[in-house]
Amino acid sequence: MAETTHPHQITGAEIVIRCLEQENVKFVFGYPGGAVLHIYDAIYKQGHFKHILVRHEQAAVHAADAFSRATGEVGVALVTSGPGATNAITGIATAYMDSIPLVVISGQVPVPAIGLDAFQEVDMVGVTRPCVKHNFLVKDVKDIATTLKKAFYIAKTGRPGPVVVDIPKDITAHLADFVYPESVEMRSYNPVTKGHSGQIKKAVKLLLEAKRPMVYTGGGLVLGDASELLVKLVKALGVPVTNTLMGLGGYPSTDKQFLGMLGMHGTYEANMAMQDCDVLLAVGARFDDRVIGNTDHFYSKDRTIIHVDIDPSSISKRVKVHVPIVGDVKSVLAEMNELVALEKPTQSPALKAWWTQIESWRGKLCLDYNNSNGLIKPQYVIEKLWEVTKGDAYVTSDVGQHQMWAAQYYKFDKPRRWINSGGLGTMGVGLPYAMGCQFADPTAQVACVTGEGSIQMNIQELSTCKQYSLPIKVILLNNRYLGMVRQWQEFFYENRYSESYMDSLPDFVKLAESYGHVGMQITKPEDVEGALKEAFDMKSRFVFMDFITDQKENVFPMIPNGKGLSEMILAEDL
Amino acid sequence: MRHIVSLLMENEAGALSRVAGLFSARGYNIESLTVAPTEDPTLSRMTIVTSGSDDVIEQIIKQLNKLVDVVKVLDLNDGKFIERELMLVKVKATGAFREEMKRMCDIFRGRIIDVADGTFTIELTGSGHKLDAFIEGLDNAAILETVRTGASGIGRGDRILKV
Ligand SMILES: Cc1cc2nc3c(=O)[nH]c(=O)nc-3n(C[C@H](O)[C@H](O)[C@H](O)COP(=O)(O)OP(=O)(O)OC[C@H]3O[C@@H](n4cnc5c(N)ncnc54)[C@H](O)[C@@H]3O)c2cc1C
Ligand SMILES: Cc1ncc(C[n+]2csc(CCOP(=O)(O)OP(=O)(O)O)c2C)c(N)n1
Ligand SMILES: [Mg+2]
Repeated sequence: MAETTHPHQITGAEIVIRCLEQENVKFVFGYPGGAVLHIYDAIYKQGHFKHILVRHEQAAVHAADAFSRATGEVGVALVTSGPGATNAITGIATAYMDSIPLVVISGQVPVPAIGLDAFQEVDMVGVTRPCVKHNFLVKDVKDIATTLKKAFYIAKTGRPGPVVVDIPKDITAHLADFVYPESVEMRSYNPVTKGHSGQIKKAVKLLLEAKRPMVYTGGGLVLGDASELLVKLVKALGVPVTNTLMGLGGYPSTDKQFLGMLGMHGTYEANMAMQDCDVLLAVGARFDDRVIGNTDHFYSKDRTIIHVDIDPSSISKRVKVHVPIVGDVKSVLAEMNELVALEKPTQSPALKAWWTQIESWRGKLCLDYNNSNGLIKPQYVIEKLWEVTKGDAYVTSDVGQHQMWAAQYYKFDKPRRWINSGGLGTMGVGLPYAMGCQFADPTAQVACVTGEGSIQMNIQELSTCKQYSLPIKVILLNNRYLGMVRQWQEFFYENRYSESYMDSLPDFVKLAESYGHVGMQITKPEDVEGALKEAFDMKSRFVFMDFITDQKENVFPMIPNGKGLSEMILAEDL
Repeated sequence: MRHIVSLLMENEAGALSRVAGLFSARGYNIESLTVAPTEDPTLSRMTIVTSGSDDVIEQIIKQLNKLVDVVKVLDLNDGKFIERELMLVKVKATGAFREEMKRMCDIFRGRIIDVADGTFTIELTGSGHKLDAFIEGLDNAAILETVRTGASGIGRGDRILKV
């Protein structure tokens, strides 16, 4: 194809780079291949962002995802066509379920080859459709800039989410002028921000008059950066507050008014207060089935529900609400605070009685565990981790029991510090998530709490961590079981541990060392604290800590599948 | 309950599959779906006939609105509307059937649009019910082939779905 060259024209690949530069992208996580060779050549020649070479495309997307969770910026990943693109899918679906803004650029076979079963061809737009906020196939070099502009805009506005931009190889070689649009307007996409003032007034009135008020906030509060506004509101009203797994850190965990996480593995006090409250304010939380498992049981008590969410489809999806408020958490909570400030609320006798009730629930000490059998208790490791890191680390986790213990025992006081996969529950995210956090905040303490099952799902990233000298600390709670699966088998399948025992584990110390990292194995409870201190004192080293923990430890409280909020199994029951 | 949902969306490749994919992924019913460009070639108009409880219909409308390519959504059942569907039926037109088919066609105000040796092709528009009634009224043995477009719907009076 003969192109008429024009002095100002640049290649599609260069346009991609210039767009990322215009978006102020600092890191691109990726892996090269045929379809993106032009783009990689342009990356070689640029100096605006750093490209991070991972060892598997899934990890590229997870790392970009964590970078976004830690910073609030849009994460960017770059993968080649075909297998590169399909390897990215788990990462994309993980981000989608937790509403994380990403732009994933995938290479595609040249336009004339599309549909011919070309080498490394896969219909990326078709494959990703159910797990993206939106996606694009760019078919003309002149469309690259506007498409990427739209992709960033869609990813970060409204309810955030991943956007895939699929770019055929020939398009990245074609020439065009580079013009980055100042703004985008899409008649089909106009996210709301401001909530309905009448509804907000109604909500505040309900909260002020409530006898047993309760606030329940989730990932949306963190995504919308509204923690300070929440604290102000909760303080002014003097009400109890709980966070979902995704919302941890949205309200400081060490504060008296915080009841802990709610849901399947939530605290006794949080779940009881959810069930018994008369007015519930839900903010950026979506009444997930791991939170309200049995809606009929939830409806068996009367309460008025106010629900603030930017996505109308999150409202009254699983649980019917009475006062819907569609809007951005920041704007809605600011307005609520203004109204509450005018009222100067004081604690009513009813609210006082409610707190007395809550304190008696709290008195159950549902997170107490028996620490006396000489084995390392996973809960203890997390408590010590919290102490040693002064509660100020980025804590990523994988999926399983260790994830729940991290959520229950690490008291997060700040948002964007607890980085995990809630919606998809993707084993293997922990290590790439830690990478994303460490790139986001190079001098911060980053701990990856994981299981011996999960860590092996992206273990190859030990190599990436070496290449970029990431001083991550891996906290492996090694129970030699797919513990969460084993727990369900113990409770619901009469101890038939079908395929949940992990045999032939590697020597993790040697494995870490072979990648050039520090490895440690800790087998005695009395060594836990010292080892953690030693590891975190190695400020420039990646340390892999293999804690050999009590194999049969279970996560409590637990609401069995299909049971109601007040039907928890507690450790003391067994 | 049966609902007719009308929507306007960007006339772009893949837009249709986003709507169809949404219905299959979330387990919503689709009775029929019709789509074609509007007088503004950048927009397509779609009519979806679906059914479900009020809660499900509410979610369907919200989820459709959430699709980035969708410009506007209207649940026609929220007000007065008209629906029409086009059907083409090829029937046997031999012997006694020939007169019978002409008569049925007249009663239902259809038109014979193709006449061949031993067959008629009849064009009929109306509500789904009317088309069903026509089929039921025919001798089953006479029906060679039918093709239906699925319903198109439009609001009555000043109920207008436009950008
Ligand atoms: C092993 C395992 C166990 C689990 N156990 C529990 C458990 O015990 N308890 C628990 O809570 N979870 C648990 N989960 C997680 C659970 O599956 C869900 O991911 C989680 O409950 C959803 O959190 P959320 O309601 O905060 O919603 P998110 O998924 O975080 O959704 C955020 C909501 O906020 C909205 N939003 C986004 N941005 C804004 C904005 N700017 N303004 C307003 N709204 C906005 C979105 O539209 C969305 O509705 C578990 C997961 C796993 C893997
Ligand atoms: C990719 C993936 N596969 C399977 C599962 C199902 N699953 C959930 S928790 C779990 C066990 C995890 O084991 P491990 O990482 O050792 O953590 P533990 O529960 O023992 O702390 C499994 C298999 C999952 N969540 N993700
Ligand atoms: Mg394990």
